[in-house]
Amino acid sequence: MRVNVIVNGEAMTADDVWEGESLLYALRERLGLPGAKNACEQGECGSCTVYLDGIPVCACLVAIGQAEGRSVVTVEGLADGESLDEVQRAFVECGAVQCGFCTPGLIVQAHSLIASTSGVPEDAEIREALAGNLCRCTGYEKILDAVRLAAARKAAL
Amino acid sequence: MRYVGQPIDRLDGVAKTTGAARFSAEYPYPNLAYAALVHATIARGRITRIDTGTARKTPGVLAVITHGNAPEMKPAPKPNQFDMSTLAAATSVNYLNTDEVYWNGQPVAVVVAETLDVAREAAYLIEVEYAEYPAAVDFAAEEGNARPQKSTMLSEADGRKGDAEAALADAPFALDLRYTTAQVNHNAIEPHSTTAYWDGDHLILHEGSQNVAWVRDHLAIRFDLPKQNVRVISPFVGGAFGGKSFVWPGTVLTALAAKVTGRPVRMMLTREGVFRTVGGRTPSIQRVAIGAQLDGSMTALIHTSVCQVGRTGGWSEQVTSVSRHLYDAANIQVQQNLVGMDLLANTIMRAPGESIGSFALEATVDELAYELGLDPIELRARNEPARNPLDGKAFSHRLLMECFEEGAKEFGWAGRPQEPGSMRDGRWLIGMGVAAAYHPAWRFPANLTVRLSDDGTVLIRCGLHEMGMGSATAVSQIAADALCVPMAAVTVAYGDTALPDTTTAGASSQTASVTASLLAACAKLDRAVFTLARKTPGSPLRGLRRADVTARDGGLYNGSRGESYHDILRRAGRASVEARVGADTRLGEIADQVRSMSKFLLDRRRWVKAACGAQFCEVLVDSDTGETRISRWLGVFDVGRVVNAKTAASQLRGGIVMGIGLALTEETLVDPRNGRIVNASLSEYHVPVHADIPVIDVRYLDDPDPTMPLGVVGIGEVGVTGVAGAVANAVFHATGKRIRDLPITLDKLL
Repeated sequence: MRVNVIVNGEAMTADDVWEGESLLYALRERLGLPGAKNACEQGECGSCTVYLDGIPVCACLVAIGQAEGRSVVTVEGLADGESLDEVQRAFVECGAVQCGFCTPGLIVQAHSLIASTSGVPEDAEIREALAGNLCRCTGYEKILDAVRLAAARKAAL
Repeated sequence: MRYVGQPIDRLDGVAKTTGAARFSAEYPYPNLAYAALVHATIARGRITRIDTGTARKTPGVLAVITHGNAPEMKPAPKPNQFDMSTLAAATSVNYLNTDEVYWNGQPVAVVVAETLDVAREAAYLIEVEYAEYPAAVDFAAEEGNARPQKSTMLSEADGRKGDAEAALADAPFALDLRYTTAQVNHNAIEPHSTTAYWDGDHLILHEGSQNVAWVRDHLAIRFDLPKQNVRVISPFVGGAFGGKSFVWPGTVLTALAAKVTGRPVRMMLTREGVFRTVGGRTPSIQRVAIGAQLDGSMTALIHTSVCQVGRTGGWSEQVTSVSRHLYDAANIQVQQNLVGMDLLANTIMRAPGESIGSFALEATVDELAYELGLDPIELRARNEPARNPLDGKAFSHRLLMECFEEGAKEFGWAGRPQEPGSMRDGRWLIGMGVAAAYHPAWRFPANLTVRLSDDGTVLIRCGLHEMGMGSATAVSQIAADALCVPMAAVTVAYGDTALPDTTTAGASSQTASVTASLLAACAKLDRAVFTLARKTPGSPLRGLRRADVTARDGGLYNGSRGESYHDILRRAGRASVEARVGADTRLGEIADQVRSMSKFLLDRRRWVKAACGAQFCEVLVDSDTGETRISRWLGVFDVGRVVNAKTAASQLRGGIVMGIGLALTEETLVDPRNGRIVNASLSEYHVPVHADIPVIDVRYLDDPDPTMPLGVVGIGEVGVTGVAGAVANAVFHATGKRIRDLPITLDKLL
């Protein structure tokens, strides 16, 4: 089938696609957007988290056919040109990034958490919201710092 | 120093947060094909029939490669300690060049197709029949077949001082305990991935690796190529923890698939594929026995272990290493044993040996403290050695008791009631535990070049590896300080065999190894630039001695007299000046290896060097369900000099979280009937998640080791050591139950 998806605000198409193929595969292998990562293909690790019509989903669990005509935002779509989103900036500043493989999924998930919370979310809320995003490097602490910092800065805007 | 020690943001942070960083499965190639593996479903035997007909006919399939049609590859070389790259082979199996099966999960076919889904579908359609041989796959049942492990130059497997068994029998207090630990797997978030293509007789590989030179050398041997014909590119590695140190089947088979199809080929292992083709940490059975006087002084310490290796390879862990160094026992005996099994080769994983060895030792020490009615820290203080207990060598640096003291104060250790089961908050039983952390310091030869250009910038070319530690950032900080230039002027090129060979990113050694060479190269460069300035007509530095000149602000100055590097090079008409450490000829390389090995052995004869620390843990155990939650953690470490306060803290914290997984949740389950891993996924293998982890307070004493370059000891592994011991001890303090079998799952507490 031909697939039409709006990715990061841009209309994109891919031809000769099997509709059962994952959105993740289509983004990474057909649309040149490898920001969302592939690490478990069963929705356990959260590395492939992207927005689908504004809701964070595991792109590995969405068939590309289901995304037809819908809007997808990936980690590549969060920065405004050279200017990083507050969440990205806070991840760098707080040292919440190590190997960087879980980072894109975490950033999208954290971005969504902050967008749906007024002010700075409680620690327990952050831990629960990010529990589906596995990180094997950082020990999680600095991710928490980054989310608090980004939320505080966004709240101050 | 302006940069070393500062909490500087990592240089690749923006690339990684915006999705711009390219990992090994993310290099686009025109005409790219995708590969999938078929895994053996028996532990040991021979393939008698393999039906690939339906798979081949699947539209989009480009090739189905089996032992029946695979091009011939050279076998893996025999390990030779004088050529480290021969250690690169994770297993000795010549994949798809044999009909023999050596482990359940061994690749028996590779499918290459236009898309990944087609490759996978076709892989499912391949039917394989086997003649099965008897196989040893149940570790617990094989304990009796274990044999003493042989010591090597890099790892001592036994040691003895006095007669520990006799001293144990005579001791007023004695404990003789048995511990078991489960197999665990690295589960770096990035699955092992390779993108490979052939350009004539040149092989180019994108591969997440902890040792790109080993991958290059190994593939050159397997495909019978000169090693300069193989290039391995690995600037970003999505976590490794030891699992990407050696060359596993997927790497070799992707190169093979690219050769067969004449196309660039990508293979990203599924999580299941990682479990089936990349080894994990061995399970262990350990005995720790301690004899002590009434005052707690140890008269006997015995630590023995049984671990597994695969019959086609496997790395033996130095499980008893901690017992060589931690306590001043009058009599010591350590002995590691191995049993060969028909399983996938196990491999090194973060602090191989010390992570699980420290669990058994530190739990026994805690138990002894309770027997004697002593505070566990006081018992350790009474047995803190002045010199290495086993052989009397000097410690280069050791602030272990200082770590305990600072930790005890910060954690509120003294205020707790020592009686087990005496703290409670509703349903939750509360307990506190402590344990020592310990990991030896290592250093290996590293080659690199440092180039100063006439625009004042510095380029370091160095095949080092960045799996998340912040290596390139640390190297930039060190170089900027050494040359007195702004950090922004320094670029590090890394993760590529087109650069000088560095060293393995393992054994927490990379920063120390690279630092030694980097400082030497910067000193050479400084001399070369100064000589240039002194000799150039018109130079304000003309005729001065080096001692009269100071490097500062990106130039050389004597008071206000002097000029910037930019001006020095321009005046001399030089575009750049370069300094190199390490040979660039094969003969020179061998000479370097021999030189560094003898230096290494001499150094080891003289000093015992290590990072150490004190782990403090508070747990909550549900009195009804046995569920254990970590509620507080503090680790205080002596890791020599800290180069980057931001990345260092995360290295330690990440180690602690991996230790919590080892202690409470992680276990690779091997079917004792057929050797098949039954929980080969992240849904059934439980890595700790955000919600499992409390605030983890990490501190370090930041006291440089006088015998290491810049005082750096290595920070990547010590964090995971002692963690399981501290958890087990806290669980005892909460519940009164000693669990001597990892992981401590709730069924063991009911």
